Amino acid sequence: MLKIENLHAEIDGKEILKGLSLSVNAGEVHAIMGPNGAGKSTLGYVLGGRPGYEVTAGSVEFDGKDLLEMAPHERAAAGLFLGFQYPVEIPGVSNVQFLREALNAQRRGRDEKPLSGAEFLKLAREQAAALSMDAEMLKRPVNVGFSGGEKKRNEMVQMGIVNPKLAILDETDSGLDIDALRIVGDGINRIMRAPDKAVILITHYERLLGYVAPDFVHVLSAGRIIRSGGPELAAELEREGYAGVLA
Amino acid sequence: MNVLALPTRRDESWRYSDLEAVASVWPIPAAEVIEVPAGTHVSRVIVQDAATDAVAIRDYRVILNAGATATFHVLNVGGKLGRVTIDVTCHEGSHFELGGAMLGGGDQTLEIVTVLNHIEPNATSNQVVRSVLGGRATGSYLGKVAVARHAQKTDASQSVKAMLLSRTATANAKPELEIFADDVKCAHGATVGELDANALFYLASRGIAPAQAKAMLLRAFIGSVFEGIEDVGERERVEASAQAALERML
Repeated sequence: MLKIENLHAEIDGKEILKGLSLSVNAGEVHAIMGPNGAGKSTLGYVLGGRPGYEVTAGSVEFDGKDLLEMAPHERAAAGLFLGFQYPVEIPGVSNVQFLREALNAQRRGRDEKPLSGAEFLKLAREQAAALSMDAEMLKRPVNVGFSGGEKKRNEMVQMGIVNPKLAILDETDSGLDIDALRIVGDGINRIMRAPDKAVILITHYERLLGYVAPDFVHVLSAGRIIRSGGPELAAELEREGYAGVLA
Repeated sequence: MNVLALPTRRDESWRYSDLEAVASVWPIPAAEVIEVPAGTHVSRVIVQDAATDAVAIRDYRVILNAGATATFHVLNVGGKLGRVTIDVTCHEGSHFELGGAMLGGGDQTLEIVTVLNHIEPNATSNQVVRSVLGGRATGSYLGKVAVARHAQKTDASQSVKAMLLSRTATANAKPELEIFADDVKCAHGATVGELDANALFYLASRGIAPAQAKAMLLRAFIGSVFEGIEDVGERERVEASAQAALERML
């Protein structure tokens, strides 16, 4: 589904990704772990197409298409979802309005019929309920006044609504208490654990992996994947720290 | 606001105007006078959407008698020069409310000029103006508040925000306070900014194309300016005109 080969990327002339390669097949959950500054968030932004991040070498194929040729909104329509570490507040735009425009823009991009207001509201309420989010929060401006945990839960509601093929979740577990962590973990499994879907979890800690069991764990350090393994690698990292594994 | 001689740059309220355009229509007609009887309310919605090459200058003189209130909503989008001036005289305990938006591109010059004369005590005023400017457009808000010596307990506020869509657009925001009383509140705030790049990427990452994302953010920026229009049908018409003006700019 996703094939990253020898990816080099820089921001403001500073090279962050230095030859990263990774293949993700449908039905798989990959965890990318690594110390601060390793390039984890940069990887998410480059895959999402954030302006300012320049790819200087390498290739990324998504479902057989050149991902790097696509604009950010086209990547979303093609089925890629980027969960933000710091979801952005948008005053004056309600969650409902934002999500309906987002979903219908994606549907139009795929030549599907837009959902009516009533159809959309039903879907949004179902997804909010599944993540224990008060339906009232759908009416509030996007992320404005939301706590850290509420913002992350809102990311998962958005993911449930747009129903992507590939989710790249950048530290979705940060800022969550134990209960919220379980709710978010359940949400990821429910929305994304399917034979035709895949997930890349970018995280510092093992704790989310207790809820969303990864098939593969990769260690990212200084812009490259330096070790890959199964779930046992996450346990080893937790036990010995990055210093131990990197040594 | 009515001057007999053609104004020059030295005239404070014409400082940022397009004087060539002004000269082409000089002399301008006298201001429309709206006198609001004591204790009553008047509301006006002014949509200035003249043709691109037109010069549209609209002058209003509002006299608020004791306890009277007036609500003005101004959508200033049309013309080579589009200028709306409102000169308000506030008697005892009256209130003036303005919600204004200027949306312009190309070589447009758009202006909203208000003068609030608080001549008696206890009168209040609240003015909210939002501008979105692209191309080489200039948008100016000049808001003077004059509080007479005995006009105690005057409470006047202005909130002015402008959003620039291009490096070549200009926004002017000029509050001018002239206060001779000692127990008054006059608040003003002005900002000039650009669209938030983080918000644009967030919207794009959810599938919203750039032009649509910009329109959403700009709609939110203008936000509540027209919320106070009492007639729902009229409010929807004004909001639709504002939306159309925004879309033309993107």
